Amino acid sequence: MTRFLLPLAAFVLLAVVLAIGIRHSPEKGVIASPLLGKPAPQFALPSLTDPAQQVRSTDLKGHWYLFNVWGTWCGGCREEHETLLQVHHAGVVPIIGLDWKDDDTQALGWLTQLGNPYQSVATDHSGREAIEWGVYGAPETFLVNPQGIVVYKHIGALTTDTWTREILPRVSATAGGSS
Amino acid sequence: MLPELGHFALILALLLAGLQAFFGIAGPAFARERWSNAVTFAVAGQAVMVATAAACLITSFVNEDFSVAYVAENSNSALPLFYRVAAMWGAHEGSLLLWILLLAGWTVAVALGSGRLPPRFAARVLGVLGVVSFGFLLFTLATSNPFLRLDPPAPDGRDLNPILQDPGLAVHPPILYTGYVGFSVAFAFACAAMLEGKLDQNWARWTRPWTTSAWAFLTCGIALGSFWAYYELGWGGFWFWDPVENASFMPWLVGTALVHSLAVTDKRGLFKSWTLLLAILAFSLSLLGTFLVRSGVLVSVHSFAADPTRGIFILAFLIIMIGGALALYAWRAPLLRSSAGFELGARESFLLFNNVLLVIAAATVFAGTLAPLISDALKLGTLSVGPPYFNPTFMVSMLPLMALLAVGIHANWKRGRLKDSERMLLLTLLAAAVLGCGFAYGLYSHASVLTPVGLTLGVWIVLSSLLDPIDRWRRGLTLPRAVLGMTVAHCGLALAVFALTTVQSFTLERDVALAPGGTATVGSYEFRFGGVKPVQGPNYDAVAGSVTVTRHGAPVAVMSPQKRSYWVQHQVTSETAIRVDHGNNVLLALGEDLGAGRWSIRIQIRPLVSLVWIAAFIMAVGGALAASDRRYRTARALESAPVEGAAGQPG
Amino acid sequence: MQRAIPPVLLAACLILGLPRAACAVDPTELPDPALQARYVALTHELRCMQCQNESLADSPVGLAADLRREVREQLLAGKTDDQIRSWMSARYGDFILFRPRFSLRNAWLWGAPGILLLVGALVCWRVVRNRTILLPSDHEPLEEDGPS
Repeated sequence: MTRFLLPLAAFVLLAVVLAIGIRHSPEKGVIASPLLGKPAPQFALPSLTDPAQQVRSTDLKGHWYLFNVWGTWCGGCREEHETLLQVHHAGVVPIIGLDWKDDDTQALGWLTQLGNPYQSVATDHSGREAIEWGVYGAPETFLVNPQGIVVYKHIGALTTDTWTREILPRVSATAGGSS
Repeated sequence: MLPELGHFALILALLLAGLQAFFGIAGPAFARERWSNAVTFAVAGQAVMVATAAACLITSFVNEDFSVAYVAENSNSALPLFYRVAAMWGAHEGSLLLWILLLAGWTVAVALGSGRLPPRFAARVLGVLGVVSFGFLLFTLATSNPFLRLDPPAPDGRDLNPILQDPGLAVHPPILYTGYVGFSVAFAFACAAMLEGKLDQNWARWTRPWTTSAWAFLTCGIALGSFWAYYELGWGGFWFWDPVENASFMPWLVGTALVHSLAVTDKRGLFKSWTLLLAILAFSLSLLGTFLVRSGVLVSVHSFAADPTRGIFILAFLIIMIGGALALYAWRAPLLRSSAGFELGARESFLLFNNVLLVIAAATVFAGTLAPLISDALKLGTLSVGPPYFNPTFMVSMLPLMALLAVGIHANWKRGRLKDSERMLLLTLLAAAVLGCGFAYGLYSHASVLTPVGLTLGVWIVLSSLLDPIDRWRRGLTLPRAVLGMTVAHCGLALAVFALTTVQSFTLERDVALAPGGTATVGSYEFRFGGVKPVQGPNYDAVAGSVTVTRHGAPVAVMSPQKRSYWVQHQVTSETAIRVDHGNNVLLALGEDLGAGRWSIRIQIRPLVSLVWIAAFIMAVGGALAASDRRYRTARALESAPVEGAAGQPG
Repeated sequence: MQRAIPPVLLAACLILGLPRAACAVDPTELPDPALQARYVALTHELRCMQCQNESLADSPVGLAADLRREVREQLLAGKTDDQIRSWMSARYGDFILFRPRFSLRNAWLWGAPGILLLVGALVCWRVVRNRTILLPSDHEPLEEDGPS
C-alpha cells in the first residue's frame, strides 16, 4: 500500500529542493570563490598612472584593502563607480584597482572624467593576474585583510548596501584579527 | 487597439478555461449532465479566444507595432517578414502563448475525437485539460503578459536574437511544443480514469493513439532542435546534455516507456498502475522542463531570462498539478489489480525490462540535470555535470535495452516461445556482427571497443525487426498498420544507434590557420583557402570565405562559411558551411581574422551524421503509422471479465 | 545586478534564446602530438566560466582564450594533466571541471545509475516471479486481432 505513496513523497522532496533553488537563484551564475579564507595572490604590476612604477601586494601588507577588477568596456563598472567614490571618500579602506584587458589611454581618461576612487591602479593586459584571482567577469571586488587573506568577494557592481552590510562590518569588527 | 483586443481575448480565455475545468470535473462528479455537456462549448470558446490572442500578437509583429513591449524587445524594422512572424515565439512571453495555443489545439482535437468515449469520461478528460490551460493562462496574464504597452512607443525594436534568425525558428519550437504539450492528453486520460475510479483495457486503447502522436511530434521536435544546433552553432556538435535539451529528452524517454506500457495494459490488462504513473510522469516532466528554463534555477546558455517570481508561480502550479495527480494516484492505484500471468520469456517481460531501463535512463538524466541544484540547495557545494557524466551513464541503461529489443520483438504474449525464433535470432546476430565489424575495421582503420558493439546492435535490430514482416509477407498475410509502425520505428531507432556510433567514433576535426592559397588535409579531403570577401545581408554585414574542397584530387565543392555582424544587437555569428559528400558531412567555420589575409578555420568531417536525424524522423513516421491504426478506435470485442480484486466502482 | 563581460562576442553568451553564436577556432598546434592531444582533451574538459555550458575549446570569449593559453603554457612547462586541473580549480573552484571529480560529495551522483539498475533488477525479478506464479491459473483468452 505505501509504495503508491512513494511518487508523491519523492515529488514533495523535489518541490522543497526547487523552492530552495529559487530562493538562491539571484545568486545563480555566482560561483563561490575558492579564494575565500586563503591568501590573496601576490602581485607586482605596472601602475596605470606611471607604467615605470609598480603596484605591489607587498606594499599593502598590514592593511585592509579592496581589490576591484574593472574596465572601461564594462557597464557594471560604470554603475558602481559612484559607490566606489563614496567608499574612497569614507577613507576607511583603500581601493586598489585592477584595470583588466583595457586600453591605458581610455582608462586614464575615464578616471579623469569620472573621478578616481583608487589608491593605485594596476594594469593587466594579458589577463594573467585576473586568472590568479579567479575572475570571470567584471566588476568583481575582493576584500583582503591585513594578514593578506581574502575574506570576502563581491561579484557584480558594488552597492552601498553591500558596503554597509558586508564590507564595513568585517573591517570594523576585527581590529587586527582575521575573520 | 489590437494589443488590447489580444489582452482581452486572453482574459476571456482564462474565464472559459476555468469554466471548462469546472464543468468537466464537477459535472460528472455531481452527476450533472447539463454541466458535462457544456464542456465542449467552453473548449471551443477558449480555443477561439486563444487563437485570437495569438493572431493579435503576430499581427502586431507584422505591423511593426513597437508600442508593444514584447514586439519592441524582439523585432526590428529591418527584420524580414518571415522572422517577424516567427519572432512571436522567440522569447518567454510569446512562447508561453504558443504553449497555450497548442494546448488549446490538442484539447479541440480530443473534443472532436471523443465521440466514442463515454460522455462522463470525456468530460473529465477535457476538464483536466481545462485545469492545465487555466494554470498557464493565469501564469501568462499575471507574470508574462505579451501585450504590455510601452509609453511612449519605442522608435525601433531591439531586433530578434540573431541566432534565432534562421528557418529553424519557424519549425522547431512549434513542433517541439506540440509534442511536449501533447503528453497532457495522456495525463488527462490518466487523471480522468483516477477520478472515475476505474481503469479498463478500453482506457488503454483510447489513450494509445494520442500518446503515440504526441511522442512522434516530440521525436521530430527534438531532432529538429538538434539539427538546428548542428548547423547553426558551427562546430558540429548536436547534443550537449544542456539542461534545456534534457528537459525535452526526459519526457521523451518516459513517453517511450509509456507508449510501450500502454501496449501491455491494452493487450493484457497488466501494468495498470505502472502505466498511470508513467502518464503522470511524462507530462510532469514536460511541466518541470518548462519550470527549469524559465525560473532561473539552472544555469544554461539556453534558458530564458531568469526571474524568481515567475519561478515561484510555476512551482506553485507544479505542486498543484503534479502533487494533485500523484495524490490521486496514491488513492486510486491500490485498487487496480490484475491476476493475469506471464512467463519470463514473454513479451510482457521484455516490455517490463524496456520500461525499467527507460525510466532508469530518464532518472539518470534527471539526476545529472538537477545535481547542481540539489548540491547547492543542500549546501554541498557547487557541482558541475556535463557530457563526461551523461554519456557513460546513459549508455549503461541504453546498451542493454538495445540488445533486449532485438530479442524481445519475437517474444509472444503470455508464453514467450522464444525457442521458435532462436535460430533466426542467432543468425541475424552473426550477420550483424560481421557487417558491424566489417564496417568499423574495413572502412576505418581504428575503433574503440564500443564501436563494433554499437554498430552490431544497430544492424541486428534492423535485421531482427524485419524477420516478422518478411515472414508475414511470404505467407501472404497482411501487415497491420500498428505492426508496420512498430517495425518502422524500431528500424529508425536502430539506424540512429548505428549513425551515432559512427559519428562518435570516426569524426575528424582540425583547426587550422590559412593564408589565401594555403591548403590543409583532413581525412581524405583537401581544403584550399581562397580568402574572404565582404557580403551584405538584409540586416547584417558579413565576410564570406571561399574554400575549395577536393577528395583524392577530385573536386567536391566550393564552400563559403560566413561571419556575420548584425546591425542592431551588434552580435557576431558564424554561419557554418556544410556539405554532404559520400555520406560524410564536411563542415567549415570561420574563426578569427589573424591579419594579413590569414584566417583561422575549423574543419570537421562527420560521417553519417545526417543519418541521425533522418533516423529520428523515421521513428516519428513509425509512430504516426502506428497511431493511425483504425483498430485503436474500436472498443474491445470482449469486455474483460471481472477479475478477483478488480477495481471497485466508486464515483 | 549587471555583469559585464569583456569585449569580443559579448552577446555570444546571451541568457536568452539559443546558445552561442560564433565558435572559437583554435589553430594551436603544439610541437609534440602527444602534447597536442592532451591540450585538446584538457580544453574540452574545462568549462568556460563565462558561457558556463561551453568548454574552453569552444567558447569564443577572451577569458577562454586566456585560459587556453594558460593550459598551453603549462603543458609546455611539463605539468601533468592533474596538476593543470588542480591549478584551475584552485582559482575557479571545482565548477570549472566538466567531469566532477569523484568525491564523497558527488558519490551519490556517480553511484546513481548503478543503484538504479539494482533497484530496477529487483523490481523486475519480483514482478516476473509473481506473474509466473499466476500463469497456470490464468485462462483468459488472448485477443488475437487487436493491435500488437
